[in-house]
Amino acid sequence: MNIFPRIVFVLLGLFIVLNWGLIMAGIIRKIIARLGMRRGIKVFQPYINLIKNYSIRSQLSHGVMFYLGPVFRLSGGVGIFLFMPLIYGSDYWSNFSFTGDLILITYFMFFGMLGMALGAGEGGHPYSAIGISRGLAQFTAIEVPMTLAILSIAIQYQTLSISEIVAAQQGGIQNWTMVTNPLATIAAMLSFLGAMGHSPFNVVMAPQENPVGPPTEYHGTFLGVLQTNRAILHVIEAVLYMNLFFGGASNWGVLIIKTFLIYFWSVFVGMVFPRFRVDQSIPWFLKIPLVIGIAAIVVFII
Amino acid sequence: MSEKKQTEQDKFLAPENKKHTVIGPDGEEIQVDPLNDYFCTDLPKVEAPYKGVLEKFLNWARAESLWVLSYGTGCGSIELPPLFSPRFDAYRFGVAMRPTPRQSGVLIISGYLAVKTLKRVIRSYEQMQNPKYVIALGSCTINGGMYWDSYNTINRLDHYLPVDVYIAGCMPRPEAILAGFNKLKERIKSGNAEGANEYIEKLEWYKANQKKIIKDWNMPTYNW
Repeated sequence: MNIFPRIVFVLLGLFIVLNWGLIMAGIIRKIIARLGMRRGIKVFQPYINLIKNYSIRSQLSHGVMFYLGPVFRLSGGVGIFLFMPLIYGSDYWSNFSFTGDLILITYFMFFGMLGMALGAGEGGHPYSAIGISRGLAQFTAIEVPMTLAILSIAIQYQTLSISEIVAAQQGGIQNWTMVTNPLATIAAMLSFLGAMGHSPFNVVMAPQENPVGPPTEYHGTFLGVLQTNRAILHVIEAVLYMNLFFGGASNWGVLIIKTFLIYFWSVFVGMVFPRFRVDQSIPWFLKIPLVIGIAAIVVFII
Repeated sequence: MSEKKQTEQDKFLAPENKKHTVIGPDGEEIQVDPLNDYFCTDLPKVEAPYKGVLEKFLNWARAESLWVLSYGTGCGSIELPPLFSPRFDAYRFGVAMRPTPRQSGVLIISGYLAVKTLKRVIRSYEQMQNPKYVIALGSCTINGGMYWDSYNTINRLDHYLPVDVYIAGCMPRPEAILAGFNKLKERIKSGNAEGANEYIEKLEWYKANQKKIIKDWNMPTYNW
């Protein structure tokens, strides 16, 4: 396909993913409220919050990096999106995916956090610094089982292209990585809990403990950019897991159902288990998920 | 500022906020004036609202997404946590608590306001960003209530901050607070809730009132 139609489809895909992210956030908040026997927010409340934040009249800046922090965070989220094939078998919805996109996407997952660390650090608030150090330490621990799981799949399918991994899983549930490589799936789904930042692993931004972590000083449009990124990131990370472990999607309906269920897994665990301290969560990732991740690789080497 | 006024202000400054000398890593002496060097000394400017349909739409969004600063001043702060319990559930009105003044738009003065607390309230209010609203809870904020002749509480809150909505009572129950939130929403949607700009326009008057009460004013004139 020519470059210009492709750019149009990439922007259209980004628009759909952003809107699905916002609606999904509303639905999840509604479900959590009903579990707590409340009526809860309106489903479209995330949209209203976003409009409100973009309409704040006065903004303060603490320096150049403070401006660039949300920009880096957003480019991390959009970067993952750009190289992610969304719909299997569709040339229109495969974005800019290429043969080594799996490596690039794992890099982009850390990129946004590092940019945010520099920006929030310049904000100068002590809670930002505490949140950042906790967040980076915890995400480093999350990456270990996740990388092992991804390596295990790369060895299994002998490729680093997400499209080829999805293609290899076609033909029914019995071909999904979930069935053919359960160890890697378990390790990755446990690290997914940490990546989504729900309850057991949300000490980074917990309002009751270090209000509210890295974005303490961010307000108005800065916060709006961070919220936009959050909506994109939640969907696109669920799409990554869907492509790697759950057979990909052949149309948008399947994509929406699968990403919702994958994301809901982290919400479900979050509703059941209380919050870990950071000195509990890091050893947790370096125990069970790490051992399962190593086992997933050893199985294929033997 | 005149010389006399400056020395009068210096009297209340904490030692670390007075002009002093710092020895650098290479032994050089550096003169530091903390109030000018560490803080922004600019005063805020009035941010004019847009006109017509756009402003109406933005005001609707602002009214439907009220982020309240989690900050309690008097006995009324105990009435706020039940708002988010299943019984009252303020979330369904778009009300949410934010732990940082940068992200919040509503400041609730929940009850009597001691002079010591007034200083913190002013700092928090000035750190919030432009469309910002104040809800005053309880009769203490209207005329002092049962503390009207107390030696260390203020009587009328609107001498110190521009108040949008008063909720009378001692103490108002959570239902009354929810009604107050709905009143505030109506006010925002009608475009009359321009307290932030009013505060900037009459900054001299507000500052004079505040400095009359707060004797140990050891902070910059406007806390960004």
